[in-house]
Amino acid sequence: MKLSFQLAFRNLMGAGLRTWLNVGILTFTFLVILFYNGLLDGWNLQAKRDAINWEFGYGQFQHKNYDPYNPFSLQDAHGVFNIRNTSGLIPLLMRPASIFPNGRMLSVTLKGLPKNQQLLKIPVDQLNEQVGAIPVAIGKRMAKTAKLSLGDEISLRWRDKNGTFDAANVKVDAIFNTTINTVDQGQIWMRLADLWRITGMNNEATLMIADQPMPDTSYKDWNYVNQEKLLQNINDVIEVERASARVIYFILLAIALLAIFDTQVLSVFRRQKEIGTYIALGMTKSDVIGLFTLEGSMYSLFSMLLGTLIGLPLFGYLSQKGISFGAFTADLGIGMGDRIYPSFSPSLLISSALIIIISATIVSFIPARKIVTMNPIDALRGKLQ
Amino acid sequence: MITTRNYTGKMKINILLFSFLFMWIMPGQAQDAQTILDKVDKNMVSKTEITESEMVIRGKRNVQTIGSKSYTEGNKKSFTEYLYPERERGTKMLKLEDRLWIYSPSTDRTIQLSGHMLRQSVMGSDLSYEDMMEDRKLKDIYDAIIVGEETIDERKTWILELTASVEDVSYYKRKIWVDQERFIPLKEELFAKSGQLLKKTTLSDISQIDGRWYPKKINFKDVLKSGNGTDFIIKKIQFNPTIPAYIFTKASLKK
Repeated sequence: MKLSFQLAFRNLMGAGLRTWLNVGILTFTFLVILFYNGLLDGWNLQAKRDAINWEFGYGQFQHKNYDPYNPFSLQDAHGVFNIRNTSGLIPLLMRPASIFPNGRMLSVTLKGLPKNQQLLKIPVDQLNEQVGAIPVAIGKRMAKTAKLSLGDEISLRWRDKNGTFDAANVKVDAIFNTTINTVDQGQIWMRLADLWRITGMNNEATLMIADQPMPDTSYKDWNYVNQEKLLQNINDVIEVERASARVIYFILLAIALLAIFDTQVLSVFRRQKEIGTYIALGMTKSDVIGLFTLEGSMYSLFSMLLGTLIGLPLFGYLSQKGISFGAFTADLGIGMGDRIYPSFSPSLLISSALIIIISATIVSFIPARKIVTMNPIDALRGKLQ
Repeated sequence: MITTRNYTGKMKINILLFSFLFMWIMPGQAQDAQTILDKVDKNMVSKTEITESEMVIRGKRNVQTIGSKSYTEGNKKSFTEYLYPERERGTKMLKLEDRLWIYSPSTDRTIQLSGHMLRQSVMGSDLSYEDMMEDRKLKDIYDAIIVGEETIDERKTWILELTASVEDVSYYKRKIWVDQERFIPLKEELFAKSGQLLKKTTLSDISQIDGRWYPKKINFKDVLKSGNGTDFIIKKIQFNPTIPAYIFTKASLKK
């Protein structure tokens, strides 16, 4: 075995440029696979972390009339909750409303959260009592869309619990930056006490957000949706992205493997005398096939080494500094911030390396099988077979 | 036309309910809020109406004019067919009591609007379907008093203030300016619970048609929005014509 390694190593070094071209393209493929997967894993982690911190918590009791995909459902999606029985749950009330920045009407969702809550990162704790206006917090994208800045006052129109129109001025008291579009665009956040007061809906909520995982259950008008279900959308999006990324890196891998395959076919064809000599010196045909296969798979081992040399500093830097995809990605929502920090887990590294090594070994073995059918004497003579 | 019809229907306030209060507030005043509203009704309300009208919707970038023909019977039934522009031609709307159906010729489908959908704007105007759907009489949902007098365009008016007497009303308070000679509302303002003005209605081009005074132009304006609001212009109106019963059926939407 040691001899096979020595021979294979020497043969590859002797092949010079041909070896390094194969190693180069395999290394490139290895790095691309790592980068794509690392990027998606990083995005996945970031999106889930932000979704939990800004929106979902550890699960939610949703009012039976609440449909997150139908904003019109908000009108009837509210119910009274029992404060004593719901400790550890953060009430969130949602009401449809309109704001009128610069004379334009924008439909918004009014959301009320308790001022002292710590579960979500929405800065309701920064909203302080104002004279003549209700303090509100909005996201950066909402501020941009409505052309609002800190301290701006705008008219807000809503309906109270009986459907009667009411209107007042609200003052932008906090602007927050989040990657979660669903808590930003078209949302106005205020203290729950303020929302209860202006709508007359005391002790009512649309959602009750849990600060720890709870068993799947339903309670009267409230249905429990666990964290996994809440994060399903992110998983689905990432899975679609992963599928399209797979197409790209399988094409790259196919090109690299084709290069190895060609090299192997050429080796078996051009090195017939060498094959004959090995057999004459006592190696079995299987040993020779093993040697040629080992040569092929050593391309992948070299590419692992080269990939480590290039990838370690490069990916280390990227996972620290993140990659900016421009501001537009932040508007896509689903937790995609303006910077994504790739994540390279040991399982990702091992699985990517195994894909390269195994596929390189297989394509090296296929042309080497032809050696079995060779006549050693003809091979020694260099006669074409 | 549904809107005008409903508007006038709301003017009917119970005389017995308010006359005592009004006499106490404004002693010596010849009219009280209810009598005024009753006289307004006499001018504006008829058993049936057929109207040809235009709705001028002023957007930020363009002005859209939508023509329609409406048939109404009391406050409960109305049928409207849009005549132009081409995009809206053939669209029909049927209101029966508290239900509203819209037929769209492009999809050849009839949909019933309910709940939250009634709160949407009618063809981008300053009016919502809900504004058109209100068919309760004002006397049933508001307490009315006269709060003063004012001259508008050289016409003397009474100012009537209506405050909600029930909880489930869209506007907590209304103010109506009524022409003292012709008993026609010239202006209306709708207020939020907080007292903030939300919408304004201005009635103009008042002329005598079949022996009654009638406004031929109504401007609806959402005061929180910029722009000049939506004009409702009456081109032709018939009072108390005979309207066949089949007009107010769902089958007539697809005809």
